[in-house]
Amino acid sequence: MAEPVKDMTKEFEEHGSSLWKDAWIKLRKNHMALFGLSVLVILIFSSLLTPWIAPYSYEAQNLDLGATAPSMAHWLGTDIFGRDMLTRIMYGGRVSLMVGFIATAVALVIGILWGATAGFFGGRIDALMMRIVDILYALPFMIFIVLLMVVFGRNILLLFLAIGAVEWLTMARIVRGQVMALRNLEFVEAANSLGLSQWTIIRRHIIPNTLGPVIVYTTLTIPSVMLLEAFLSFLGLGIQPPESSWGLLINYGVETMEEYPWLLMFPGIALSLTLFALNFLGDGLRDALDPRTSKD
Amino acid sequence: MKTFDSPSCSKTTSGNIHSGFSYGLLTLILLLLVGCGTSENNVSNGNRDSILHWGNGTEPQSLDPHIATGVPEHHIITSVMEGLVLKDRKTLGPIPGIAESWTISDDGTVYTFKLRKNAKWSNGDPHIAQDYVWSWWRAMQPGLGNLYVYMLFPIKNAQKYYEGEIKDFADVGIKALDNHTLQVTLTNATPYFLQLLDHYSTFPVHQATIEKFGTADQRGTRWTYEGNLVGNGAFRLADWKINRRIVVEKNPLYWDATNVRLNKIIFYPTENVTTEERMFRAGQLHVSNDIPADKISVYKEKRDPSLRLAPYLGVYFYRVNINQPHLADKRVRQALAMSIDRDQLTKNIVKAGETPAYAITPPGTIGYQPPRQFNFDPEAARQLLADAGYLNGEGFPTTEILYNTNEAHRKIAVAIQQMWKEHLNIDIQLLNQEWKVYLASESAGQYQISRAGWIGDYVDPNNFLDLFLCDGGNNRTGWCNEEFDRLILEVAPKAKTHEERLAIFTQAENILLDEMPMLPIYIYASKRLIHPSVKNYDSNLLDQPSYRDIYLESPIEAAEKDTNL
Amino acid sequence: MIKFALGRLLQAIPVLLVVITATFFLVHSAPGGPFSADKAVPPEVIKALEAQYNLDQPVWQQYFNYLGDVVKGDFGPSFKYSGRTVNELIAAGLPTTAELAFYAMLIAVGIGVLAGVTASLRPNTMQDYVPMTAAMIGICMPSFLLGPLLVLVFGIYLDWLPISGWGDIPGDKILPSITLGTGYAAYIARLSRGGMLEVLSQDYIRTARAKGLSEPLIIIKHALRGGLIPVVAFLGPAFAGLLGGSFVVETIFQIPGLGRFYVQAAFNRDYTLILGMTVFFSTLIIVFNLLSDMLAIWLNPKLRQEIRGTK
Repeated sequence: MAEPVKDMTKEFEEHGSSLWKDAWIKLRKNHMALFGLSVLVILIFSSLLTPWIAPYSYEAQNLDLGATAPSMAHWLGTDIFGRDMLTRIMYGGRVSLMVGFIATAVALVIGILWGATAGFFGGRIDALMMRIVDILYALPFMIFIVLLMVVFGRNILLLFLAIGAVEWLTMARIVRGQVMALRNLEFVEAANSLGLSQWTIIRRHIIPNTLGPVIVYTTLTIPSVMLLEAFLSFLGLGIQPPESSWGLLINYGVETMEEYPWLLMFPGIALSLTLFALNFLGDGLRDALDPRTSKD
Repeated sequence: MKTFDSPSCSKTTSGNIHSGFSYGLLTLILLLLVGCGTSENNVSNGNRDSILHWGNGTEPQSLDPHIATGVPEHHIITSVMEGLVLKDRKTLGPIPGIAESWTISDDGTVYTFKLRKNAKWSNGDPHIAQDYVWSWWRAMQPGLGNLYVYMLFPIKNAQKYYEGEIKDFADVGIKALDNHTLQVTLTNATPYFLQLLDHYSTFPVHQATIEKFGTADQRGTRWTYEGNLVGNGAFRLADWKINRRIVVEKNPLYWDATNVRLNKIIFYPTENVTTEERMFRAGQLHVSNDIPADKISVYKEKRDPSLRLAPYLGVYFYRVNINQPHLADKRVRQALAMSIDRDQLTKNIVKAGETPAYAITPPGTIGYQPPRQFNFDPEAARQLLADAGYLNGEGFPTTEILYNTNEAHRKIAVAIQQMWKEHLNIDIQLLNQEWKVYLASESAGQYQISRAGWIGDYVDPNNFLDLFLCDGGNNRTGWCNEEFDRLILEVAPKAKTHEERLAIFTQAENILLDEMPMLPIYIYASKRLIHPSVKNYDSNLLDQPSYRDIYLESPIEAAEKDTNL
Repeated sequence: MIKFALGRLLQAIPVLLVVITATFFLVHSAPGGPFSADKAVPPEVIKALEAQYNLDQPVWQQYFNYLGDVVKGDFGPSFKYSGRTVNELIAAGLPTTAELAFYAMLIAVGIGVLAGVTASLRPNTMQDYVPMTAAMIGICMPSFLLGPLLVLVFGIYLDWLPISGWGDIPGDKILPSITLGTGYAAYIARLSRGGMLEVLSQDYIRTARAKGLSEPLIIIKHALRGGLIPVVAFLGPAFAGLLGGSFVVETIFQIPGLGRFYVQAAFNRDYTLILGMTVFFSTLIIVFNLLSDMLAIWLNPKLRQEIRGTK
């Protein structure tokens, strides 16, 4: 892990444009990343506009119609209650994207702070903080959820917290490892001796070098958070019918994948599309932010 | 400590590398994984060896008949144990079991059973009338925590003994007159008493075995394990691998062993209903415990002979908490009941031949036809709601439907939620809770409307109506009506004729339906997949198979009727 | 190294104590006791049952009694499975789950490393894109979806493989192992690609190439050792994840493993079983994290020095 930052020592003399400006210039050249970005932007906008552009009501039922395959009237078919799937996927996307981004952000903030602190100070503080992570890993998640549900009732905020509380652990371990490896490297020491302030060191060296793995892990976290949300909603924490999310739609779709495959396929496609878009964007961002590639 | 690193990759170019070897290895692994294995078929093997493969729902908690409480337990226990009386597998009428005959006194309170002389325990011990006296004494020990102890309460002084009012068990109406004669005295004539004797909670247990592994009222001893369990049924326990399978094999000492045709039954804990249906399709089960609702139409369209749907003695309903201010008005409860379109629900949501319910008692229960007081009538429902002060649903507080986490319950709740929104213009929220939380909320009265179901233990309206007695533990609605209680507890037991008794039940049910502390939704149907090679399996109201009669058709004939979809 | 391992094991004791304590009070404060049922349970029955399992004692006393038993290695009786002890249930489920996790791990490492290494050899070509896209799909395919899909295709339509059970019918271990292993194979593919790319750009590889060593030799003898460090570090948490995540697969394929016991225990409020399983799982997680850390140290000389220097 220590290797990739070696070349960094050369960067000291440079007073180029800021990290982000550089990154943006590089990102614009990356077609896949731009594709990912535009897909995400489209998804976010259509989610925001859903109440105005959705073709049908997301809750009105037509039990006699039931589950029908895609048709001109219902482009993505209908579910067993005769509700339009396109509409339900659009509404579901609002929930999933919101949960995905907010819960991941919660996990990110806690994980980075925790991991960076542990990694930066090391020694006893590090051992203590990491043992706490071990403990949290080991607690029975299901009981924890049931308890949360009873103590706090149903609450979408609580859902974010519960998911964030679970997902930050791995993030903390990654950040800690990264920071630890960087801490003792020559270039940081060199920067110290050059009289650069701690903040500058963190901003110019630690953050850029930690960012890559964090971004990659974030792109992996968002979809897993969306699926976790489905599991929690299924257990009764989180959103309740008639509202839905992509994860829940997939969950229901699995049960009838032989009879009504479109109930699984379309929400699955929506989730995968988001995942790929995030992944392309994530890879692009990582490359764009990688200090070494700036010389290429 | 080191942590695992995430893929921190750099885009460095590498040289030209021959990577053929990677592909070779990859192919090898794939071949290794996919290339082997053909599925053997339990069903065809079972038909050859007379082994029945049975999907049993869940892992049983206990095989002790005085501790167990569930349907999966029922299936296994009835294969290894037997009561005084059996039920006809079609009509459920009583037929001789361990008792070869019985007489009933003219006033219907004294039953005298003649036990079979050739009845034996599976270890060879003689099976005598005293076994029942001891077993029922044990069943009534408070320390045992027998949840079905009330099945014995029709017996004279049984309840008083259980509750400690009477100390001497000799005062309870159970007497062994000699080794083969058992006399049971009841408090009142109880028309359904013989039926109770086929319920596992009244089965006899083998005293020496129980005392070998612990005291009579000790829970959790090892007497029900394979190698230990001594029973009196057509089969005996051969193997119990927890969460994997339970195997019972033919008991050669059973009194009717010559007529038992299965060699073995293997019970599988098939928790996941989707998996179970696929196991059935792959020929790994003869009988499934259930079938996913959305699969039923597929089987119906194919006219698959495996699909077995039959009426089931149970009712699905919603409890209404009448202590909630806005639900205290019976007009509101009536309006809710009248705006559920039960035909839609049974036809398009549950789909397995369930029938709409307009009363708590399933129709046709020993000839009883429950009264019908209302129909699906949104117009009248809106009027009732308006009379109660909620014109066009305005001002009606947001109301929550509580249900335990389950796909089927969710679907029904989602449909009803929308029906009430549409017809009554009221705001309904859904709340699902994990099973134990749901039970705690419901029994503490912390709900507004709550999903419920009741499956009859025996075929009698009494078993449904007594749910709503004032201090009945299963009432949970806060509803209490003295006249209703009096009819059920005092008037009905004294009825002289069957017709008179049913008339009293009708009267009681009319009160219940007028007050509507519960909203009846549908009458259950039993739904199973049964392979055509399984013979003598008749569906009945209690969905109780008779293992001693079942046999499997020869594999050649079965092959012709192979039903793989 | 031994000192390092011993130190970590000593640290594990307070961790386990906190886990037991937190879990104990967590399960005891969850609503609904082990004996509640849908049929009304008379209060006197509840009382009798609680007395039999010592649940009528004050919670603190139960807690210390429990700690005393755990030290002796006794997890107590299961509340739900009448007559069975928690030790017995763990012993019944462990071989199955361990075997499942082991096969899944083999698949994950086998396929993951192959795919990752293959991709890293020609970055940004089809040889890179194809396995990495497959890895992305693997990551986003949850086992509750992959399992039923595999069952449908290989079990029902093609009728090649059995779809349930474990060790009952030849071949019934294949589908569950693949289902459980795939997600981790995908992660490992990404990790090993990253690791290999780093290593392949190092001077010593260039030197080896300059010396004219054959490519397979360079990769196997020199590059893999360094390139797989991130993978090795991931194995500990991954194995823990496999054990914990096996319950979905166990449910789909009707496998009698620990995962199913654990979930059932949580639903049933089987206090002793939940606690026993938690202690058992935490111990496993700690041990596997330690093992994978030790392996990573052994592979990475730099870290080895660091450990020697600090201890």
